[in-house]
Amino acid sequence: MSETTLGGIAGRMPKFIRRADPAVVTAFACIVLLLFLGSLYSRSFLSPEYLLQQLKVASFLGVIATGMMLVILLGQIDLSVPWSVAAGAMMACAAAAYGPAGVALAIPFGIFCGVLIGVVNGIGVAYLRIPSMIITLATNAVAQGLMVVYTGGFSPQDSATGAMRYLATGFAIPGVPNAVIIWALIGAAMVFVLTRTSFGRTVYGIGNRERAAYLSGIDTRRVVMIAFAVSGGLSAFGGVLLAGYASKAAQSMGDAYLLPSIAAVVLGGTSILGGRGSYLGTVAGVILITLLQSILSVMQMPEAGRQIIYGVVIVAMLLLYGRAPASR
Amino acid sequence: MKDWRYWLAEQRGTLLALGIFIAMFAIYTSNHPAGFNANVVQTAANKGVLLAFVAMAQTLVVITAGIDLSVGMIFLLTNCLASWLVVGTPMQTTLGVIAVLAVGLLCGAINGAIVIYGRLQPIVATIATGAVYYGIGLLLRPFPGGSVNENLADALTGRVFDVVPASLVALLAIVLVIWVPFSRSVLGRAAYAAGSSETAAYMSGVPIRRGKFAAYTLAGLLAAIGGLFLTFFTYTGDAAYASGNAYTLFSIAAVVLGGVSLFGGKGSAIGAIFGALAFRTIGDLLFVFDFDPLWQPLFQGVILLVAVSLGAFALFRVRNRLEWFL
Repeated sequence: MSETTLGGIAGRMPKFIRRADPAVVTAFACIVLLLFLGSLYSRSFLSPEYLLQQLKVASFLGVIATGMMLVILLGQIDLSVPWSVAAGAMMACAAAAYGPAGVALAIPFGIFCGVLIGVVNGIGVAYLRIPSMIITLATNAVAQGLMVVYTGGFSPQDSATGAMRYLATGFAIPGVPNAVIIWALIGAAMVFVLTRTSFGRTVYGIGNRERAAYLSGIDTRRVVMIAFAVSGGLSAFGGVLLAGYASKAAQSMGDAYLLPSIAAVVLGGTSILGGRGSYLGTVAGVILITLLQSILSVMQMPEAGRQIIYGVVIVAMLLLYGRAPASR
Repeated sequence: MKDWRYWLAEQRGTLLALGIFIAMFAIYTSNHPAGFNANVVQTAANKGVLLAFVAMAQTLVVITAGIDLSVGMIFLLTNCLASWLVVGTPMQTTLGVIAVLAVGLLCGAINGAIVIYGRLQPIVATIATGAVYYGIGLLLRPFPGGSVNENLADALTGRVFDVVPASLVALLAIVLVIWVPFSRSVLGRAAYAAGSSETAAYMSGVPIRRGKFAAYTLAGLLAAIGGLFLTFFTYTGDAAYASGNAYTLFSIAAVVLGGVSLFGGKGSAIGAIFGALAFRTIGDLLFVFDFDPLWQPLFQGVILLVAVSLGAFALFRVRNRLEWFL
């Protein structure tokens, strides 16, 4: 009885609301709530300048979370984000030391290093069947070791090139930061890949049941490897942008991006078990996390309090809608 | 098959870890400028025991086919807490130790409750709780500092009868008090059963939830014992993010080296202890061979990468390709 009434109400609602994922709706509702709470605290919270600034900061996390989402959709996880970000940034800055050609190739070289880390992850997960969380932790440790050896305890060449700074802080279109444009482009490409290409459909298929995908004649191992390579490349690109934003690369710059990138993807309704999730949700998750960070720092919350609130919010949100089905 | 062959098959991982450790330690001491003496052993034991406790904690969770990425942070949190509480008269010190261990138990129980009763994925849940534990540790110790009851600390980090490192004796005692009873209890069996096949265990009426919950809770306790020992060695509390992460990572490496299957249901904490000692010794080999310490992170990373890749050899035994996708 109540079900039919509910169905009737749902039937009368516009189609896009009926089809919306409750997780994505919750995430957007939380964004509105955070903005409201923020505006109570300070008037300038709803000013366009502040919002645009937030969007710019969010775009770095957005680029990194895009790669993370691709991997999580497969039912895997990429814990090598911290040093993929740092390696991308440091290698791009380092390349700039080798003459004009180095400056020109700095950004591709940084991304290439991230792709390399991703390929190692991909080979481990897809071909050697090592659990992704283990192999990515290991490559993260190796990448860290390589960077420590490379810098030799000091920073050889760590200032960003002009192109990196332009990408992160410039304005190609007046009023819209370049970083936001880049995130929009990457996001659009991701949506296209996920919804309009066979690669994207395969990613969802593998996330649901790799066996079934394999039996339908898909080379699932190649897809998994490519996904990890893309994730590594996007992490490194995020690092390049961050280096451009801060105008230099630093060893621990990626540490602050592992938990937020996973949280953004998961809070956006992508199932951590894989196979389910939309990019719109990830966008909502990224903005939500960035706003939360911003509000906490505006309130001058110390690092300790931020970490605690962060962890609690993520667990609470997951308990709301990220739970696995009951086993019976 | 005879009994001893069963036993051998079951303990193969542990014995392999023991073998690696003995070989590595032999190379280490034979190249150490001071040679094999009680001092060298004591220093090595003190360093190794810290990781051994954290690795035991990780083992308990890994056996249930889960993972605890917050062990390093519980270790840090209890270190910071101990630097406040484990001071003063013997009575106060005792209460302090009990409080620190209780906090460890509580952290483990929170992890267990969220993962088992909240039905969240262990990876994400423990990364998030790890952030909370780290934050609390940082609240307690924004800057390195504090103190500890030095009599107790010296007693537990010194030598018994001038020969045996006291930390090793403590480790043995913990194994006998916590690991042995647990692995032989119904709950311990349930933890193993849940790890090797949760469905089958459930169908057979094994108390899987209680078993897994006990495993997570005891993991918190063991990590807290590790944190307590860290305080005894350093006399201070320090909430260093990198150090917590490193211990989490090394605990996984130690567990893998110790022959515990990351898919759950196989292995023992004894193996993980030898894995931890072996991992520490391998890391320290660089020093006796006079390498630049800068190479240590890379070296440890490569060991970890090789150790986890060794598991891939099982693929050669797979007859049906569908078994790739478990």
